[in-house]
Amino acid sequence: MDLLEYQGKQFFATFGIPVSDGRPVTTVEDAVAAANAVGYPVVVKAQVHAGGRGKAGGVKLATNEEELREHAGNILGLDIKGHITRILWIENASDIAEEYYASFTLDRSAKKHLGMLSAEGGVEIEQVAVDNPDAIAKIWIDPVDGLTADVCREWVRAAKLNPDVTEDAVELLCKLYTAYVEGDADLAEINPLIVKTNGRVHALDAKVTLDNNAEYRHEWSEYEATQVRDAREEAAHAKGLQYVGLDGTVGVIANGAGLAMSTLDVVNQAGGKPANFLDIGGGANAEVMAGALQVINDDPNVKSIFINIFGGITRGEEVAKGIIGALEMVDISAPIVIRLDGTNAEEGRALLAPHLSDKLVSKPTMLEAAAAAVALAEKN
Amino acid sequence: MSIFVDENTKVVYQGLTGSQGRFYGLRNRDYGTNVVAGTNPKKAGEDVDGIPIFANVGEAAAATGANAACIFIPAPGVKDAIMDAAIGGVEFIVCITEGVPAQDEAWFYNELKRNFPNVRLLGPNCPGIISPGKCNIGITAGEIAKPGGPVGIVSRSGTLTYQALYELKLQDIGVTTCVGIGGDPVPGTSFIDCLEAFEADPDTKAVMMIGEIGGSAEEEAAEFIKNKMTKPVVSYVAGVTAPPGKKMGHAGAIVSGGKGTAAAKMEALEAAGVRVGKNPTEAGELMVEVVREHGWA
Repeated sequence: MDLLEYQGKQFFATFGIPVSDGRPVTTVEDAVAAANAVGYPVVVKAQVHAGGRGKAGGVKLATNEEELREHAGNILGLDIKGHITRILWIENASDIAEEYYASFTLDRSAKKHLGMLSAEGGVEIEQVAVDNPDAIAKIWIDPVDGLTADVCREWVRAAKLNPDVTEDAVELLCKLYTAYVEGDADLAEINPLIVKTNGRVHALDAKVTLDNNAEYRHEWSEYEATQVRDAREEAAHAKGLQYVGLDGTVGVIANGAGLAMSTLDVVNQAGGKPANFLDIGGGANAEVMAGALQVINDDPNVKSIFINIFGGITRGEEVAKGIIGALEMVDISAPIVIRLDGTNAEEGRALLAPHLSDKLVSKPTMLEAAAAAVALAEKN
Repeated sequence: MSIFVDENTKVVYQGLTGSQGRFYGLRNRDYGTNVVAGTNPKKAGEDVDGIPIFANVGEAAAATGANAACIFIPAPGVKDAIMDAAIGGVEFIVCITEGVPAQDEAWFYNELKRNFPNVRLLGPNCPGIISPGKCNIGITAGEIAKPGGPVGIVSRSGTLTYQALYELKLQDIGVTTCVGIGGDPVPGTSFIDCLEAFEADPDTKAVMMIGEIGGSAEEEAAEFIKNKMTKPVVSYVAGVTAPPGKKMGHAGAIVSGGKGTAAAKMEALEAAGVRVGKNPTEAGELMVEVVREHGWA
């Protein structure tokens, strides 16, 4: 789950990382009240799940109420890379002496935590990595050891930050590591990490991705509330289905993440475009299947549905009964192509046989089923 | 021969008293796996269909000679369960549970490497391992696999693995061992660990490797195959058409920052001499071709 900037700052603040005083608001009037509370000059920042906010005109400085009203009015509703701005973050403006970059994430290859620190902050770190890779100091941290102050101090020196701020930077970075580990983040990034004119190190931005698997041990409902999901994903999420919305016309249902991904691949290879990724998990009972079909059926772009089930422990007959049961529960408008294979597939297909029609087609292989589903989508 | 498990593997099921643990534990026993014990600190002294329950893995191992553990504990308890198994003295731990926090995975991966170097962890979030006819630990349907050889299978995906086993069986081709390494960001056992073991196993003549988007495990495997493997490898990588930034079901299956695409993985594998199918069916056919060409079955 990606946090908005202001949520990332609130997350940082709970771990004692210095951030600017600010308020999230949704109206111009509230923006004025927020600015009065934190004190001018303020920065008005669009809170959307997209980068490049500054270039899009989503970040403005206001030195008085008149400017604030103008900027807040312009930015509310602003479309930034397809994301409409509904929330503003009004924060006290900082006097910046230097801009750095700091982040922690997991290096899947090394299976250790990777810390990156650079004295060249405030710009895209990917660009720094290309133009001047030596400007990024990296450390790999064994999760069993954690990050000690001594190791952190060496890291700060290697990154060639201003020596005057070493101790302040070490303190902040150790807190950032704690936030990353104990806060269950997949990514904790500060860009820019600034040195203020008073010499203090401070997080001026926050980019945080939280690990949804760890939600059970945190209170993240406020972060959840501002997640922007496509309506189809929202509906599938509520049914506990693994769903990703795509923009094609062939609705896809499969059991298992790998098979579902593979189903998208064969739909594409057959010349079609999948409307979604949907994994119903290992089994395929009528209720789960009905829920999945409902979600697919509600997508107006879907012109045909491809159900791709490989029976393992769940035998073919059970899968077939599940599909038949689901079709009784949900009225489906698009034609369905079923590929049922694996354990007792023939028995399952025999059960399906009396139900087959122009609207319910069975194909023995994945490739034939994909071709049929794509042809039906094109015809409709 | 087989890798990691065989007919002498004795397994303790952590979470055998839960519904999933009981279902699969008993299924695995029906298959012929030596299911010797279960654990539950609150139910020590009881039994599940005749299988004795102990308070922890250490006690179970001492009483039954268990040398492997299989975990069906819900995600919040997985870290403790893995350490219980390692401290309890088993050498092989299979963790089926999905949804384990990445911070926990990174921690116990490194803790095991450092303080329990002889312990192999498979998973989390994996279907388990099967050496057909000898031992089945996890959720794979044993009847879809033909015992023997000459093929070894290693995969990040469950259902695609079942499909591979099944297609080979239809062609009357056997499998030495099929390892599901799972779809999480920090798998305890990697492709390379399995490739290395298959290379050393005399009964495995060829390997099928099923990858998916995300991370760089397939690229690292390609490098290993190029430099260290003499046996032919056939591969499939799922997710050619997956959009960037979206997790495709598995926590580890995500293309981020232009990295981890299926195309790059397939390219790396092909450059290493691997025959790559563009869908599971084609990969299955390529595997059959390899086996027939060499007269292995």
